[in-house]
Amino acid sequence: MSGDYLSLLLLFGVSIVNAIGMVVASHILNPRRDTPQKLMPYESGMIPLGTTRARFSVKFYMVAISFIVFDLETIFLIPWAVQMRELGWSAFLAMTMFVIVLAVGLLYEWKKGGLEWD
Amino acid sequence: MVTFLFYVFAAVAVGGAIGVVISRSPVGSLLSMIATLGSMAAIFVLLEAHFLAAIQIIVYAGAIMVLFLFVIMLLNLGHDYQKDLKVGAFSLVSFATVGAMAYVLSRQLGAADLSDSGPGAAAIDAAIAQHGVVGAIAQPLYTTYVVPFEITGILLLVAIVGALVLAKKNVA
Amino acid sequence: MEFQPISGIWAIVAMSLKVTGMFTVLMLVVAYTTLAERRVSAWIQDRHGPNRVGPFGLLQPIADGLKSLLKEETVPATASRVFFVLAPMLVLAPALVTFAVIPFAAPLPTPAGVVDMIVADIPIGILYVLAFSSLAVYGVVLGGWASNNKYAFLGALRASAQMVSYEVALGLSLITVLMLAGNVTLTEIVWQQQQLGMWFAFPLSLAFILFVISAFAETNRLPFDMAEAESELITGYHTEYSAMKFSAFMIGEFGHMVTASALMATLFLGGWDLPGTWDNAFWYDGQLIKGFAADGTVVLASPALWKTLATFGGFAAKTGFFLLLFIWIRWTLPRFRYDQVMALGWKVMLPTALAYVMLIGGSILVLDEVGVPWGFSYGAALTAVSTVATVGFVFFLDRGRTITGAAAQYAQKVEVKTISQPASAGD
Repeated sequence: MSGDYLSLLLLFGVSIVNAIGMVVASHILNPRRDTPQKLMPYESGMIPLGTTRARFSVKFYMVAISFIVFDLETIFLIPWAVQMRELGWSAFLAMTMFVIVLAVGLLYEWKKGGLEWD
Repeated sequence: MVTFLFYVFAAVAVGGAIGVVISRSPVGSLLSMIATLGSMAAIFVLLEAHFLAAIQIIVYAGAIMVLFLFVIMLLNLGHDYQKDLKVGAFSLVSFATVGAMAYVLSRQLGAADLSDSGPGAAAIDAAIAQHGVVGAIAQPLYTTYVVPFEITGILLLVAIVGALVLAKKNVA
Repeated sequence: MEFQPISGIWAIVAMSLKVTGMFTVLMLVVAYTTLAERRVSAWIQDRHGPNRVGPFGLLQPIADGLKSLLKEETVPATASRVFFVLAPMLVLAPALVTFAVIPFAAPLPTPAGVVDMIVADIPIGILYVLAFSSLAVYGVVLGGWASNNKYAFLGALRASAQMVSYEVALGLSLITVLMLAGNVTLTEIVWQQQQLGMWFAFPLSLAFILFVISAFAETNRLPFDMAEAESELITGYHTEYSAMKFSAFMIGEFGHMVTASALMATLFLGGWDLPGTWDNAFWYDGQLIKGFAADGTVVLASPALWKTLATFGGFAAKTGFFLLLFIWIRWTLPRFRYDQVMALGWKVMLPTALAYVMLIGGSILVLDEVGVPWGFSYGAALTAVSTVATVGFVFFLDRGRTITGAAAQYAQKVEVKTISQPASAGD
């Protein structure tokens, strides 16, 4: 492990202490005069209606799945990108096939309406 | 120093794993799991597996855990998930499986050569010196293992199609 | 004179100084970016802005900080308390550590050795930035979810889906930079821009545009501020937050903005590099070199204090330019509709970025095949390819709206409307 990771570790420490310190310091210093009205969820002054923990649209789930797939594609592109000039045409061909397969996936999702947000 | 850091991160990883199991709220379990994955990434760095550490965070903590978060909110386990937790024959099977796996792993690890000075380690060091930590992955991935790589692409395509078929009932 | 990297006890001193220095400067820059945003916004809208606290309002951020420290904060009775307190910390902590891998000036010679002007030159470089930007989503979602407020939850959902959507385009637009740099560390990305003789904004112009758009979406800034659309969601995911916890969200958001600006400057505008080869410096085989002579031998660099200061000034100016762009765009473009945001991300940015990666990849291999030497002519050839791609992209996106002129189109539409109207309205 190189010394550069050591400075990262130090930075993490500073950052976490800072984050906790800021929240705790304000918790100690600030005044608290709670009233039931003050502790109600803020909905523009109205009495809150219904539940917040409602189920939400399956489209968010589609977005998350698509994100994983294309994030993985990006991860696979990164080692190729840094070495592509050494690897030459054969790896370029392999990568073209890989990208086309996933482009077909994107096209399928598009045509099936998985990307629509209505 | 490295050994000390290993024990720190290992402790956080195990603590996070325990947190996943005992947390009362699914969101708490999720955050514990992210802590576990983060500590594992740190352990990968200690083992000089830099690219693996980055992928661990980007893919597992940054992408798959986001999906878990969405699923938790989508199903909205809310407050009445306790009744899903049943203790019975299933737990016994789980414990037996984990025990068997631990036994096999300990046997394998006891027999394996874990020194970092063998010929394989030297080849890896040379590749890293020549191509950098990410480039060293590229050389075998796109030459020797190009077929598994293409199959991975098809696997990802199957994932998209599968997700669409499952979600299609609701996507109008 | 031979330059050696700093070592021993002085390396630890330099490391501690760099970590604390970077953290302090970053916090200050974040604080003054909030002031700059208010002053520039005021200037754009032809009003004064905060100018009472200290000369030109320069002490305003300090007053704001003190105020948020001392104000009363509320935790809604229905909120999940633990996660509610945890969320601002999860936003704040990652936002301030990403900057560590960005080099901010030319190496500084000291009596004890040469100090690299970067906090952590780790071998995964840009992947570290991607890793931490992918973690940014948790603080936001957790904040919105734990508040147990409908508006906060909607804001958090929108923000998370938007952030993951544009992370893909962000990652893909990076790929072309990695192709030209040949490594993932940001020091090497700066070095290859010096070697190429031009900043990557020219040979990779379309990647630059895609990256800037994605960076705006990732930082939840207008025109992508769906997460805190005031007119629809109160203030989105941090609706229930007050006092210091609210400030933590704000510092996190501005911290991401500063880091994104510095990243854009480093990846596409040469980082700390200034025009000319006088400031080039890179560690190669244990030597600090300036470049290679025609016969392949190394030319040693001569670092100097004034060079470090000048390049730091250049880096600050480029980062400041992007920060100004963030503020400027806020008062130029209206907010997108949510379906438009998602459509732009998945149907425009993603296919374009993929096609562009393959186009640039093919072009690089063709240029290598032809035997163009790595240097200005190489960059110029790629610039030509990218310019064609960029012009095509802009025309496709624009569909004649800006280039033809909206006024002309509006006139046409009005004309058609008056002709098609029946003349029976004469009563």
